[in-house]
Amino acid sequence: MSLEALLFQGLNGLAQASTLFMVAAGLSLVFGVTRIVNLAHGSFMMLGLYAAWTLATSLGGALGFWGGIVVAALGVGLLGAVLEVAILRRLYRAPELFQLLSTFAILLVLNDLALFLWGPEDLLGPRAPGLSGAVTILDRRFPSYDLFLIAAGPLVLLALHLVVTRSRFGRLIRAATEDREMVGALGVNQALLFTAVFALAAALAGLGGALQLPRQPATLTLDLEVIADAFVVTVVGGMGSLPGAFLAAILIAEIKALCIAIGQVSVFGVALNLSKFTLVAEFVVMAVVLIVRPYGLLGRPPVHVREGGEPEAPLRPAGTPARIAAVAVLACLAALPLAATGSPYTLVLATDILIAVLFAASLHFIMGPAGLHSFGHAAYFGLGAYATAIAVTRLGLPMGPAMLIAPTAGGAGAALFGWFSVRLSGVYLAMLTLAFAQIVWSILYQWEGLTGGSNGIFGAWPAAPFDSRAGFYLLALGVTVAGLLALRTALFSPFGYAMRAGRDSPLRAEAIGIGVFRVHWLAFILAGVFAGLAGALFAFAKGSVSPEIASIAESVDGLAMVLLGGVHSLLGPIVGASVFTWLSDTVSRTTDYWRAALGGIILLIVLVQPGGIMGGVGALGRHLRRARP
Amino acid sequence: MSLLHVAGLTKHFGGVVALDGVGFTVEAGEVVALIGPNGAGKSTCFNLINGQLAPDAGGISFDGASIVGIGPRRLFRMGIGRTFQIAAVFQSMTVVENVQMALLSANREIFRFLRGVPRRRRGEALALLDRVGLAGEADRAARTLAYGDLKRLELAVALANRPRLLLMDEPAAGMAPQERADLVSLTRRVVDADGTAVLFTEHSMDVVFAFADRILVLAEGRLIAQGAPEAVRADPLVQAHYLGTTTDTEDGP
Ligand SMILES: Nc1ncnc2c1ncn2[C@@H]1O[C@H](COP(=O)(O)OP(=O)(O)OP(=O)(O)O)[C@@H](O)[C@H]1O
Ligand SMILES: [Mg+2]
Repeated sequence: MSLEALLFQGLNGLAQASTLFMVAAGLSLVFGVTRIVNLAHGSFMMLGLYAAWTLATSLGGALGFWGGIVVAALGVGLLGAVLEVAILRRLYRAPELFQLLSTFAILLVLNDLALFLWGPEDLLGPRAPGLSGAVTILDRRFPSYDLFLIAAGPLVLLALHLVVTRSRFGRLIRAATEDREMVGALGVNQALLFTAVFALAAALAGLGGALQLPRQPATLTLDLEVIADAFVVTVVGGMGSLPGAFLAAILIAEIKALCIAIGQVSVFGVALNLSKFTLVAEFVVMAVVLIVRPYGLLGRPPVHVREGGEPEAPLRPAGTPARIAAVAVLACLAALPLAATGSPYTLVLATDILIAVLFAASLHFIMGPAGLHSFGHAAYFGLGAYATAIAVTRLGLPMGPAMLIAPTAGGAGAALFGWFSVRLSGVYLAMLTLAFAQIVWSILYQWEGLTGGSNGIFGAWPAAPFDSRAGFYLLALGVTVAGLLALRTALFSPFGYAMRAGRDSPLRAEAIGIGVFRVHWLAFILAGVFAGLAGALFAFAKGSVSPEIASIAESVDGLAMVLLGGVHSLLGPIVGASVFTWLSDTVSRTTDYWRAALGGIILLIVLVQPGGIMGGVGALGRHLRRARP
Repeated sequence: MSLLHVAGLTKHFGGVVALDGVGFTVEAGEVVALIGPNGAGKSTCFNLINGQLAPDAGGISFDGASIVGIGPRRLFRMGIGRTFQIAAVFQSMTVVENVQMALLSANREIFRFLRGVPRRRRGEALALLDRVGLAGEADRAARTLAYGDLKRLELAVALANRPRLLLMDEPAAGMAPQERADLVSLTRRVVDADGTAVLFTEHSMDVVFAFADRILVLAEGRLIAQGAPEAVRADPLVQAHYLGTTTDTEDGP
């Protein structure tokens, strides 16, 4: 390809970078001041675009194109302020994990709100008056609106820079970013400052979205796409650094543009289609940056590390009544096929629940006892499911060996990604695991020859005697129970205690000779092994696999299950996964707005019952015991 | 041969010279106090010995072998135990489990996956707790302990590997005067029985003079005096630099 074409794509990239920067700058500001990573920030961009569309079209364009854009941005800013006051304000002291999940819940609710208001169709806006033409650059026609966008990014950076360095508001932002306690000491109304910063950030994102009106259609998938991009940008640039966000926005946008421009290349005789690489390129960049410079290009290490949530009570081995109860429940579950002969769907749902339980238990294994909050656990589930499906359909392996390949694949993936991830903690760990899961997802999505691309793989059916509903249900029951027992045994063993030791006090653990990295890495691998096993069950249960099973949404479902049940209870993931799966099945059959309902459930757990169901049961038990003399 | 041998230890932080050519020894079974005004370089000296920081110059040897550049995990295996200024214990475990973990690690039984911790080395752990007077609290959650008891627990944990040298940076920081004396005298009894050497820092002079065999005095990164408590107390240089400037129970910042 010619140099001109390359430069031309470079210009395209710059136009894209501006919006990316506006969204990422807000994300970064909010993180700097409130220490909250707002996963719903991409939704503000999406809503800005939708609002601008409405103002420019259906409302008769009374405000004109530019007026509409300004009003859209202001409206989104107002929405941000409302959300801050109503929800986020209650989260500032909550554990990081809860903050991330709540903002994801807001994202779900806002997405369904957009679906309700604007419907599922893509909406394309009008061109910008006065900038609808094109100029000739390098013998090619370049839209003049894009030139305007290229200038808008640096202008916003300059404006933000002036606000932050010159104004009193900016001084407060810097003070809060560098030292939160100091703001209190300055006698500032901290609540007001936080609301203002959040509104400003939301308005910036809204502006970034609204400015895209002539360039891209408003769609419901934008929120996740944009938040993923914005994240990569803030993490690569350094959380809390505005120049870092600007630099990273250009870097990421250019890398994407170049991948498209270069297209097909041949490396050592292997044809690589780089334009397909765009989806994964940014995550590769982020993973590399996090590994080499864990706090981003221009970021600084966090000043103080936050405490990890509620104190956990010591583990107690199950007493005789609990053991009897467990055996009784197991007997009932084993007898379920006899009871459910009339309604075959019961067994299908029960099998789904069992698979979810094993998946959630494997995630809980690292989240609770090791304190490793993985936001990409679905990757190992997906690897296991695909490994099994490929083994059966492409390699023609019998069911037994195919099921054994799954935990191997899950464990191998976890070994590779975990080696980088478990060194980090908090938000950075969450983001790196998420990035790795996105990489897995993109590979599953794009390696059509092996994985069937977006269609996935069909025809992975179980062999006799597991080819009946009841037969497979019993297999799933056996595998899941065995998996749960194995995980539970490990948690009570010295290894499991060492996991908690490394979480409670890495300093003390190292001082008594426990290698925290080794222990947590192995824990991560074991979690991958059992997630992979759950994936194998999934592949056989459905007879097919598709890339969605490794998506962010799937990973977040896992987190929601664990939290719903309670992180600090060994029964938590079992109860959580069961209730969650049953609930999602029931609710999604009665309403189109399942995501909003899920978001509501998550917010309810976090704001009202942070200990989850089992935390509530435990508190109730203690209360009753105390009430009795 | 001395158990711990430090020579010419030097550490700069930017322009600040935190330690400047410090050298001393600790003999087997000896209890040595490192004292000095705030900012004298005591913590820096500890952090260099226990491997948290690397020295700019100088050598540290333990039992005749250099330990410069060796991290806490290996030092533990070599027989150097430590307690922290801010007590570090496993909050989600019971008191006895905290000690069991140290015992399991000392015996290289961390990577075992079957039999549960409650049924491993409990007797040994209880015996250690008994030595520090915590046997009665064995099955309480560690996070519910009073601060003084947490420090005792740390001591029991540090003793689990039968260390030959115990490093204690301000073991009694943040405690009431009587509690301080109790903790240090307990430590003294326990290490005397085992023949463990101790290097510790402490701001309370009463405690230091009552329990240390020997005292090292640091000021502005240099070792200005060392010797038996009486000799150090009488040293005019020490009095000028130190004893006049600090009250008895003052804490580090
Ligand atoms: N990480 C660091 N970076 C920069 N300077 C440091 C660092 N650690 C210590 N210093 C400086 O080195 C000097 C010695 O500090 P150190 O903490 O060793 O003193 P100390 O004797 O333990 O004091 P205290 O009794 O207050 O605990 C001080 O001037 C301190 O400011
Ligand atoms: Mg100190």
